[in-house]
Amino acid sequence: MINKYLAIALLLAGPVHASDPGAARQSELVRLVRQDCGSCHGMQLTGGLGLPLTAEALRDKPFDGLVATVVYGRPGTAMPPWKTILSEPEAEWIVRQLMQGFPTEVR
Amino acid sequence: MKRWLSLLPVLLLTACTQMPLRGTGDLGVVIERATGRVAIVDTTAKSILARVEGLGDLSHASVVFSRDGRYAFVFGRDGGLTKVDLLLARIDKRVMQAGNSIGGAISQDGRLVVAQNYEPGGIKVFDAVTLELLSEVPTQSKVVGLADLPGQRFAYALFDKGEIWISDLSDPRVPKTQKFPAGMQPYDGLVTPNGRHYMAGLFGEDGIALLDTWRPELGTSKILEHYGKGQEKLPVFKMPHLRGWAVAGGKAYLPAIGRHEVLLVDTATWKEAGRVQVKGQPVFVMARPDGRQVWVNFAFPDNGWVQVIDTLSGQIVQTLQPGKAILHMEFSPRGEHVWLSARDDHMVSIYDTQTFKRLATLPADSPSGIFFTSRAARTGF
Repeated sequence: MINKYLAIALLLAGPVHASDPGAARQSELVRLVRQDCGSCHGMQLTGGLGLPLTAEALRDKPFDGLVATVVYGRPGTAMPPWKTILSEPEAEWIVRQLMQGFPTEVR
Repeated sequence: MKRWLSLLPVLLLTACTQMPLRGTGDLGVVIERATGRVAIVDTTAKSILARVEGLGDLSHASVVFSRDGRYAFVFGRDGGLTKVDLLLARIDKRVMQAGNSIGGAISQDGRLVVAQNYEPGGIKVFDAVTLELLSEVPTQSKVVGLADLPGQRFAYALFDKGEIWISDLSDPRVPKTQKFPAGMQPYDGLVTPNGRHYMAGLFGEDGIALLDTWRPELGTSKILEHYGKGQEKLPVFKMPHLRGWAVAGGKAYLPAIGRHEVLLVDTATWKEAGRVQVKGQPVFVMARPDGRQVWVNFAFPDNGWVQVIDTLSGQIVQTLQPGKAILHMEFSPRGEHVWLSARDDHMVSIYDTQTFKRLATLPADSPSGIFFTSRAARTGF
């Protein structure tokens, strides 16, 4: 039920892509970003040891570059590659959500 | 008689509003980070006494205690510094002191609370009673690993500058700061229980910077250099924490970065004294107060595990799965119990450290840090 509402909220929030993860996985990804990415970027994504990931902060960043950062990390910084945890379409979905303002967790 | 009658309403009022007297030695707080709330807990009754709300963004929140154990100073990510009265279960004072903060410390005499900040980078010094800002030391770098030292001094490390700074706050309005090289990207720091040696763990290179704060003129040295021996490290999904570190039996137990190992250092020679292979990348490596056991939790995706090292044999004696996403552990003051926060199970688990049996669970909303008032009396906590 919760996932259905989340899916509807996301539908309203932006275009759906054929490769988007399913609704259940989407809520897992929301929690992963808020809680685990949040350990460096903050749960509100306002930054910490890592840079802020708010829509405003990412506005002028290229989409492909952000996806590559998630998938492959940034050598020389504390940003790890997430390719063992996330598929490329999942990384793309996450970046799209970040760029339009990341959804909050629904419990 | 008439005089006694006139006193009656006062006596009744007092009787109604006065809480039973109690000490604070068995109190603590659990951070419920997603809801900006802390739970005040009783480690004797193993129960939640009250909740205090309105503390802001508690991502990576940490806590220090006034030395009477009555007040918890909670440092939030959003720069909020909140002084919580544990006995009255309410906010005593709250200030927004920075844009982005990571933690804090309290001075040897308990009069100064110091916050360490990412944005703007630096430390800020507050009066512990009033939370009045007394002074600040700008760093032009994110500050990590702030630790109190004897003599009203504070040591901290600069992530972006690769330095260790020591600020003397004997005159809290006029800090005097010494600077030392550390190495690439210090990510956290700690002070030994006697307040003498300050260590900064390095993320950008294998090794730990060490400073003898009794003899700062000797400068920093590097220990555990090249512990990865050129091997590629694993992706680090969560930075380890050094505060709450482990010293037991003349050895320090430290998390390896990007490796499934706990590193042992001889605290007399500061040479490597062995390694323990563990289930994941360690985040917290914490000694039970008596030093017989060292408990280890792990970074994502191994954060459902906790392992216990027996310091006498150097072997892992217990592997537990106390819940989903174990973020933090805290020992009861003398270590018979350990409390563990299971973020994704929304609970705190309490274990007996001798039998490894679970004694109780308490509900908590995405719990992260657990902090008991026994920290008030410990240097570096």
